[in-house]
Amino acid sequence: MATQAKSHELIVSVSPHVRGKETVERIMWTVNLSLLPAVIMSIYYFGPRAAYVTGLCIVSCVLFEHLYWKFLDRKTTVGDGSAFLTGLLLAMNLPPSVPFYIPLIGSLVAMVITKLLFGGLGYNVFNPALIGRAFLLISFPKLMTIWSEPTAKFIAMDAKTTATPLGILKEEGLTQLIEVFGSKAELYKGLLYGNIAGSLGETSAIALLVGAAILFMKRYITWHIPLSYIATVGVLAWAFGGDQGLFSGDPLIHILSGGLILGAFFMATDYVTCPTVRKGQIIFGIGCGAITMLIRLKGGFPEGVMFAILLMNCFAPLIDRSIKPKMFGAVKETKEQEK
Amino acid sequence: MSLQPKSNWELVKNGMFGENTIFRMAISLCPSIAVTNGLKNGVALGVAVVFVQTMVNATISLMRNFIHPKIRIPIFMLVIAGYVTIIDLLMATYARPIYKEIGLYIQIIVAFASIFARAEVYASKNKVWSSICDGFGMGVGFLLAMIVISFFRELLGKGELFGYSLISGNPLLIMILPAGGFLAVGLLMGFFNWVDMKFFGGKGASGV
Repeated sequence: MATQAKSHELIVSVSPHVRGKETVERIMWTVNLSLLPAVIMSIYYFGPRAAYVTGLCIVSCVLFEHLYWKFLDRKTTVGDGSAFLTGLLLAMNLPPSVPFYIPLIGSLVAMVITKLLFGGLGYNVFNPALIGRAFLLISFPKLMTIWSEPTAKFIAMDAKTTATPLGILKEEGLTQLIEVFGSKAELYKGLLYGNIAGSLGETSAIALLVGAAILFMKRYITWHIPLSYIATVGVLAWAFGGDQGLFSGDPLIHILSGGLILGAFFMATDYVTCPTVRKGQIIFGIGCGAITMLIRLKGGFPEGVMFAILLMNCFAPLIDRSIKPKMFGAVKETKEQEK
Repeated sequence: MSLQPKSNWELVKNGMFGENTIFRMAISLCPSIAVTNGLKNGVALGVAVVFVQTMVNATISLMRNFIHPKIRIPIFMLVIAGYVTIIDLLMATYARPIYKEIGLYIQIIVAFASIFARAEVYASKNKVWSSICDGFGMGVGFLLAMIVISFFRELLGKGELFGYSLISGNPLLIMILPAGGFLAVGLLMGFFNWVDMKFFGGKGASGV
């Protein structure tokens, strides 16, 4: 650093001396951008209502964070894009037909209770958007499970309501689900493109994968959590998800449907609430996958991604503490040395 | 506490605000979450606690010169259990519908940390009348806390107060579930700490 300094000058400065370009702002806004394909797909399939809900969530999240810091006479942290991201993720977790007060209450819980009361970005124990959704799902179980049918015509003002693929799978079984879509290929196509009922952001697997690819290319997320998460879900779905005994399930349906792709790539990988050690991240992912499948196959809800990630968020500090990386050059203590 | 003598009114006030069982001392939190999903239940349990707390303090204070220090804990326990049995039987007879809902928690008053603590800290060292004031203040403080918590929980969770419907529409169902109890207690505790620090120059609950 400071190569132009005169040779007799001694420069003393505090480390770090070499900084990367990455800042919190940069990472957060890139994640926001990487979610853009999924937002576009949701507006395409669910009409202006989707844009309305998304906008409401983002605006209220940013506003609540700003007002909170103003109230405490602190510098506002709205600019770092994390409030924007929380709003966006919360919106992607809501059904399209919710009344206006649901995004507002969700944002209040997500921002103020889950994040700001714990100290703001970096101190929250749980993923704010998921807590917001959990709060809403428990508070308004009826309103939060009205799924409109996608129309793909930009005009879905009052769409018909239907069940999500996972809902049908849970209530009526796989054969009924395939019957609804016509054939198995049609079902996969619907799941990939997002032409299915569900929360705003979780329907289109392709759009989400495009966003995830951006994050991978930028190296903002690593493969550890998403891969271990999705692989666990796949294996468990294959082993226990079928009706004809063990190892007869269809892993692809479970992987592509519901909020798994969104959760595995964008929410389980939240820097703040996942373990920092690589080995711990794999354990985190496996735990998420196991709890997700437990809820999907045996629990009372058709979808378990939200509760799985929240439960594993609790364990993140514990995982971090129990899996310490080996110090470079450290010698394992033997019993002889202890004596 | 017992170093400088306080007036009786100060003792009552101390129990109600300064050392409020739930919001300042953070003890006896179990009933504050379990029973506060309705104003009626909260008030009933609060009244029972006021009775038990006052009478226990009075009795322990009367007996304080005759209790051997080594066996004081079992004796406190017996006195508390006696009064809890009285209120338990009274409520079972005269307030049957409420008792059916919160009967278990009436019996659990035996194990309340707040009652035990006041018997040990205050009543066993002070004169009868000031012990009664202290116990009454602590009990009323508990009652007030129960009223505040159950007010918000019933209003937000069911849209009603004392069973009368006030707000139509979709209530926040989570507030009458246990999770909502934790939320309500935590947020109210934070709020009262903030009020204390902002307007009365206190240091917050952790600074007591």
